[in-house]
Amino acid sequence: MATRNITVDTSALVRRSLEGKKINWFDQFVAIALLVSLLSGLLILATLLVSVFSSGFGVLADRGFDFITSRLSPDAADAGIFQAIIGSLILTGFVIVVAFPLGVGAAVYLEEYAPDTKTTRFIDANIRNLAGVPSIVYGLLGLAVFVKLMGGFTGGRTLVTGGLTLAVLVLPIMIITTAEALRAVPQALREASMGVGATKWETIRYHVLPVALPAIFTGAVLTIARAFGESAPLLLAGAVLSLFFSNSADAGIGEYVFDEPYTAMPIVIYNWARQPQQEFVALTSAAIIVFLMFLLAVNGVAIILRDRYERK
Amino acid sequence: MAVATDTTAPIDLTGDRRRLRRERRVRWVFFAAAAVSVLITIAIVLSLAGQAWTFLSDIASDPETGLGSLAADGWFPRRGRYQVMSLIVHTLMISAIAMVFAVPLGLGSAIYLSEYATPRVRRVLKPTLEILAGIPSVVLGFFALTFITPNVVKAIFDDASNSNFLAAGVAVGVLLIPLIASVSEDAMRAVPTALREASYGLGAKRWHTSLRVVLPAALSGIVAAIILAISRAIGETMIVALAAGTNGIMNISPLRGGLTMTGGMAQLAIGSDQVTGSSSAFQSLFFVGIVLFFLTLVLNVLSNSVVRRFRQRY
Repeated sequence: MATRNITVDTSALVRRSLEGKKINWFDQFVAIALLVSLLSGLLILATLLVSVFSSGFGVLADRGFDFITSRLSPDAADAGIFQAIIGSLILTGFVIVVAFPLGVGAAVYLEEYAPDTKTTRFIDANIRNLAGVPSIVYGLLGLAVFVKLMGGFTGGRTLVTGGLTLAVLVLPIMIITTAEALRAVPQALREASMGVGATKWETIRYHVLPVALPAIFTGAVLTIARAFGESAPLLLAGAVLSLFFSNSADAGIGEYVFDEPYTAMPIVIYNWARQPQQEFVALTSAAIIVFLMFLLAVNGVAIILRDRYERK
Repeated sequence: MAVATDTTAPIDLTGDRRRLRRERRVRWVFFAAAAVSVLITIAIVLSLAGQAWTFLSDIASDPETGLGSLAADGWFPRRGRYQVMSLIVHTLMISAIAMVFAVPLGLGSAIYLSEYATPRVRRVLKPTLEILAGIPSVVLGFFALTFITPNVVKAIFDDASNSNFLAAGVAVGVLLIPLIASVSEDAMRAVPTALREASYGLGAKRWHTSLRVVLPAALSGIVAAIILAISRAIGETMIVALAAGTNGIMNISPLRGGLTMTGGMAQLAIGSDQVTGSSSAFQSLFFVGIVLFFLTLVLNVLSNSVVRRFRQRY
C-alpha cells in the first residue's frame, strides 16, 4: 500500500509541474463525466434503499417484534418471518461447518503442499471455473444429488439439503479467498521455520496459519454473507414456495433439520414479491429491511476483522 | 583431556518416525479437501448430462413430434413444447440491455477511482460501491418490479407491460456495475506508473493519459471483466424470475417480457406441482441447465485466459 501511494503522488507531481495552473476545460469535462458515472451507481443504491425503507417502515413500526416472531401466513396482517430467519440461520450454520474447513483445507493443499504439476493446475483451473458456475446450476446439483440420490440421508427437501447445496456453492469462493490470504504470508517465514527443523505441517500450523488467519476469517465472513443472500439454488433444492406452511410444534432440532419443510429469508422475499396485493409490497419491503440488517451485521464483522488486520 | 565422542555413526536428521507419519497423514487430509472440488465438478456434469440425455431421448421417442418439440412454438414444458431457442434469445436480450447499461457506468467508475480520485475520496467511494455489490439479487428483482418498471420504464414508454426486459436488464446491469468497476480498476492500477509519468512528460493532459495511455494498457483486464460480467448476466436468476415475466412465447420487444433460461428453470421449480418425479418437464430443467452450464463455462474460460495473458505482460 505504502509504495503505491508514493508512486501515485510522483505522477501527480509530474503532471502538476508540467501543466502549471492553467485549467483545461475538456480535461475538467472528462473528470466530471467519470465522476457522474460513479455517482449514478451510488444514486441507484440510495434510491433502492429509500424506496424499500419508505414502503416497509410502516409495517415494522406498526407490528414491531410481532413481525419477526410471527410465522408465515396467507393473511398479510398476520404474516411474519420467524421461520425464514431460523431457516436462514441454520443454512448459514451448515455453510460454516461444511464449507469453511473444506475450503481452508483445499487452499492449504493448493498453496502449501501441491507440487506444480498438471494435476494441480487442473484442480486450480477447475476451482476457478466452479466459482463462475451460475448459482441456479448448483440448485440442480442439489436437486439431483442431495434431494434424489441421497434422499435417504437428507430426508429430501430439508434444511440439510439446502445447507449442503449452499455449502457446495460457496466452497470454490472460500478456497480462492483463503488461497489469496495464504499467498500474502511472506515466504521468509516458512523458510525460517523449516530452517530450524520444523516439518511442513508444523510450519503451517504454528507460523503460516496464525499470520493468515485474520485475512482468512475476513474472506470467510464475506463468503458466508454471500450464502446468506443466495436464493436461486434454494428454489430447486426444496425450500417451501407456498405462502405458509407449518412445522410440527414439538420437533426437536434434529428432526427440524432432517425432516421438516423449510424456507429462508430470500425465498420468503421472492414469494411475497410475486403477490399482487398491495399489502404484500409493504410486507416484502419490511422483510427486505430485516434481511439487509442481517447482511449489514455480517459485513460489519468482516470490516472490523479487516480493520484489525490492517492495523497490525 | 579429549572427550571421547562417537563420531563414526552419521547423525540421523530425518527425525522421529511418528512425526513423519503424522506429516504424511496431514498431507492426505488436505489433498482430500482439494479433491472434493473435482468431485463437485464431476457430480455437476454427471447429474446434468444424465438427466438431459434422458430428456432428449424421451422426447425423441415421442412418435408424434420427436425432436421437433425443441423447435415447437414457445417454451411450455408442461405441454410438451420445448423451444429452447426462445429462452436463449430472451437471455441474450436481457444480457445485452444489462451490458449497455453497466459497461459505461462500471468502466467510468473504474477510471475515476483509479486515475482521478484522491486517496481520501477513494477510501469513501470504493466501499460504498462495494455495498452495492452486496445487495442480494432478490432485492434488486423486487426493486425492478416495484420501482424501475412503474417509475422509470412506464414513465418513458407508457405502453410497456408490467414484466419487461428493459427493467429486468437495467436491474441486472446494476448488479454488474460493481463487478465491472472493481475488476477493471484492479487492471488499471496494475499499469506501471512510469507509463503515466512518461505520458505527462510528453505534455499529455490527464484525460489523454487516462483514456489513451492507461486504458489501452489495461485493455485485456477490462475485456476479461466484461466477459465475466456477461457470464454473470446470463446466469442471474432472481431478478429475471421476478421482473421479466413468465411468457414462453418468443418475444424481441424490450418493453414486453419473456422467460429466460434461468427464469424458465425457476418457473418450473415454483410450478404448482413443484416438478417432482420423472416427467419430461422435470428433466427439461436439466437440459436447460446443461446449456447454461456450458455457455457460462466457455465465457469463464475465455475471461481467465485473457487475464492470464494480461498478467504476463508486466
